[in-house]
This record gives sequence, C-alpha cells and structure tokens, in this order.
Amino acid sequence: MNSSVTSVSPSPPADTSAVTVSKPSAWKRIKRDKWMLGMLLPGLLIFILFKYVPMFGLVAAFQNYKSYLGFFHSRWVGWENFQTFFNDPSFFQLLRNTVIFGVYKMIFVFPLPIIVALMLNEVQVNWYKRLTQTFIYIPHFISWVVVASLTVTFFASDNGVVNNIMGTHINFLANPSTFRPEIILQQIWKETGWGTIIYLAALTGIDPQLYEAAEIDGAGRWKKLWHVTLPGIRGTIAILFILGMGSFLNMGFEQFLLMLNPLTRNVGDIYDTYVYEEGINNGLLSYSTAVGLFKSVASFILVVISNQVVKALGEEGIY
Amino acid sequence: MRRKSNSVVFNIVNMGLLLIMALLCLLPFLFVLAASFSSPDALAKYNFFIIPKGFTLNSYKYVLLSTNTIEKSLVVSVVMTIGGTLINLAVTSLMAYPLSHSNVFGYKVIMRLVTITLVFSGGMIPTYLIISTYGMLNSFSSILLPTAVSASTLIVFISFFRSIPSELEEAAKIDGCNDFMIFLKIVLPLSTPLLATFTLLFAVGHWNEWFNYVLYIDNGNKWPVQVILRNILSASNSSIGDSLMMGEDYTPPQDVVRYCVIVIATVPILIVYPFLQKYFTKGLMLGSVKG
Repeated sequence: MNSSVTSVSPSPPADTSAVTVSKPSAWKRIKRDKWMLGMLLPGLLIFILFKYVPMFGLVAAFQNYKSYLGFFHSRWVGWENFQTFFNDPSFFQLLRNTVIFGVYKMIFVFPLPIIVALMLNEVQVNWYKRLTQTFIYIPHFISWVVVASLTVTFFASDNGVVNNIMGTHINFLANPSTFRPEIILQQIWKETGWGTIIYLAALTGIDPQLYEAAEIDGAGRWKKLWHVTLPGIRGTIAILFILGMGSFLNMGFEQFLLMLNPLTRNVGDIYDTYVYEEGINNGLLSYSTAVGLFKSVASFILVVISNQVVKALGEEGIY
Repeated sequence: MRRKSNSVVFNIVNMGLLLIMALLCLLPFLFVLAASFSSPDALAKYNFFIIPKGFTLNSYKYVLLSTNTIEKSLVVSVVMTIGGTLINLAVTSLMAYPLSHSNVFGYKVIMRLVTITLVFSGGMIPTYLIISTYGMLNSFSSILLPTAVSASTLIVFISFFRSIPSELEEAAKIDGCNDFMIFLKIVLPLSTPLLATFTLLFAVGHWNEWFNYVLYIDNGNKWPVQVILRNILSASNSSIGDSLMMGEDYTPPQDVVRYCVIVIATVPILIVYPFLQKYFTKGLMLGSVKG
C-alpha cells in the first residue's frame, strides 16, 4: 500500500512480565502460547517466504544467474556485475536523475501540503473547509494508471485538451524538457491534499490558549501565524523533511514506469525503472539484481541516518 | 476597522484559492465523465465541458459489447479486490494480535524480523526470481500472497490492539476462553473502526494494483481493468484497441474508448470514497501519528 508520511511505530510495550516471577521454560511458554503461535504462523510464513527468501535471492548479484541453473548452480562472478554498473555511463545518469528529482521534490512538492494546511486552518466556515478537504483528498485514491491516462487526455500533442484550447500541437509528453515538470506536477496533483492531513493533525494539537494570549498581546493574523502556529508544527515539518530526504531513492516507481518513453529515458530513468528495463525486458537478471542491491543498500543507509537524526531530535522515528 | 476589512479580503482570497484547488482536483474527472457520454461530433467541436454534449450511450455500448475484454477484466478486478482484502485483513489481524502481547514466545525475534523489512528488502528482481522458482508466475497467488501482510500496516494493527484494555481479556481467560476465542469474540468486535478503515484502504490498493500484474501475469485473460486501461493508453501496444475494431457499425475514436475505460476504472473508488473519507482520518490517527 502507499505508505505516505504516517510515521508508524508502536509505543514501546508496557512490559508487564518484567519483574514478577522467574520466566517459565521455553517449552512451557510454547505450550501456553500455542493458540497465539498458531495465529502468528500464516503471517510469519508470508514474511519468510516473500520477504526473507528474496533477500537470499540477492546472491544472484554475485553470480551469472541462469534460470535453468538456479541459485545453487549458477557461476559465481564476485563483484563483476557491480564493476560493470559503476563503469557504465548510466550509473551517473541514474544518480543525476535521482538527485534532481529528489531536490525538485523537496523544493516544489514538500512545502505545498504545509501551505494548504495553513490555508485550511484559516477557514472559519466549517462546511466549506470540509468540502474542500473532500475534494482535494480524492486524487490520492486514484491509481497511477488513471492519473497517467488523465495526463494524456489533457496534455497529448494530438487532440489533448490543453493543446485544443490553445490551438497548438505542443509535445508535452515525449519531450525531455517537460518530462521532469510533468512528473512533479503529477505528484503535486495527487498527493498535496492528502499530505495536509498530518499537518492538520499537528495544528489541532496547538494549545488554543496560546492564540488567546497572543490576541491579548495584540497579535494579528500574521503575527499569530509566525509566533504560534509555525512553531507549533515546526517539529512535524522537520521530521517529515528528514524522513523525506531519507527515502528519496524510493520514488514512486509506477509513476515513472507509466510516463517514461524512449525519448525521455535520458532525463527520467531512475534506479527502479532501470532495474525493470534491464532485468525484465532485457533479461540481464544478475546485473539488474546488482543494481537493485546497490540501491537497496544506499537507501537503507539513508533511511537509517535520517531516522537517527529524527530520534536525536527527540521524536519517534519510523522504527 | 481597517483590520476588519483586511480580514474579509483575506478570507475571500484564501477561500477562493482553496476553491480553485478543489476544482483542479475534480474537473479532470468531470470532463472525462462528460466526454464519455458525448457524441464524437460534440467532442470534435468543443474543447472542454463538464456536461455531456449530444448525450449518447453508444461509446459504452461499443466498449462493453464489441468484445468481452472489459467485462472479463472487471470480473478479475472485483474478485481480486474482494479476495485480496479478505486475505489482508485475516493475515494482518491474526498476526498482529499475538504481537500486541510482549510476553508471547518469540516476540522479540519476530518483531525484529518485521521491522527489518521496513528498511530493507530483496528488491524487484530477486523477488521475481523467487516467485518464479515457487512456480507462481501467471498465477493469482503471485498477486495475493506476497502482499498479504506488510510491516507498516501490521504495526498499526499492533498498536491498536495494544490500546484495548487487558482486563477484558483476563476476564474472558478466567471464563475459560483460549487466546483465539478471545481474539474472535472480544478483540475483533472492539476493533471495528480499525477494520473498517483498513478494509477500505486494502480494497483501494487492490483495485488500483497494476505493476504486479505486469510483472507476474502474462496471460491476458487474468488482467484487471487497470492493465487494460494502460494497454489502451500506450498506442504501440493496443491489442485491445485492435480487437475492439472488428465488426461494429459504430466505431468511436480511440480517445472516447479511453474516456469510458477511465470512468469504469475510477467509479468504484468514487463510490466507496464517502465511506473511506469518514474512516481514514480516524484510521490514520490510529497509526500513532503524533500531533
């Protein structure tokens, strides 16, 4: 599922069994918990079979994997696949594209939900606020395939709505210079409204007495915004920013795959789309596994660092 | 006095901007909806409208009657959405309940296993290779099983179950209930807000699923409506477009076929959306989103 910005992490369990009696033996505990363990089993199997066994499948990155030989009989090649990738010109191209999209995202996509949440917060007419929210959340639930179809409907060079209105035939979709703005605009359209939820929640957490006190001190709308509202959600903004930085290697892959075409590959290819193209379409299984492993390790390091930073700020991270 | 008029201007501008945003989110759908019910002549004449011009059902008749591609894909979408949602709910809640008790055997190891998958995964190709080693390619199990449970939703379920007062469970235990009965008879009925929220979120996720089908399913008879829509979209690969062209007196332009399928692929979401909206803010709060 699309896990957006919900920082989910259970509060540490209240350890009820802490000091009490000495622990019963393992066998006794298994017998005591037999129903519990039975309930755990299906989920645990899913985790092992579909999340951990594929991690073992990463050995293909160090092999010349052939499907008829399998993981156990394919030839070992050491770091060869990684060397090929690091010496390939596409390595830098992918890095450049990823960094550019990450920076664009932080500059153009990230601040919008904050601004819109603040705007919604200023609306005093309740039904108007709720109605607006209803509409701006809708795009979040629409599939990327439909978003891509709507984009084509509006921006196709031939018979697209925008070109029809302007009476032109501008090629927006298969054009290297409009590809990046197009991706960013899609993300803005789809996720801005949804992104406001977490800030609106943070805004409701601000003590109303602070506003009253500020009013007594003669603060107007903007003074209150600057001295009460923004400091009130500063923590949330910082955390989401850091977590966003940590996950910028994991950009919505479906979106890119749907919008990319041969003309825009240069400016739009990111690690995941490259892995799909080389691995599935070109059959370079070991090579693309190596690329994927490189990306997984890099993104793991980024996520861990950003999480540590968040924790250092005294907040709860994602794990 | 000056402050007052300032504030009126601010409110008008603010609400006006929000209105524009709301319309930008809505108008693309309204246009596609109106266009799908309009005659080709009207479409050639007008650039943008949100009320059908020259109302006709011919395009839908054509899309639905000339072949059964769309009907077949709709059956796949509906069955997979229902089945996938039930599997998600069952596996996730069954696994989350034991993990809401920190004294269960193996708790620490299993929680560690779960949280590691939040930050590290095998990735696309190894997962693909393993699924094909299991012989699951071209089978619906390749869509349903790998996504049956995920760490992030599991953690939301766990923290919800933890918030249920343990006195209730202890009382049931004294009455002789085993853990599974407690889960079924006490915990689940108390979890309706959680289950309602995630029923909707899981269902939307399955309805919108596209990439896993592209990756794992080659057999066109097993494609859901999202894959069909994507194939209509990419002109080079319009096998459905071709098969739709045969033996009909009325052939709407390719654009109109696309409008109809967009509507078909979106309407179920818009129907459940009001229910969704009622629950999702609550549901997000369940995930210990800090205010």
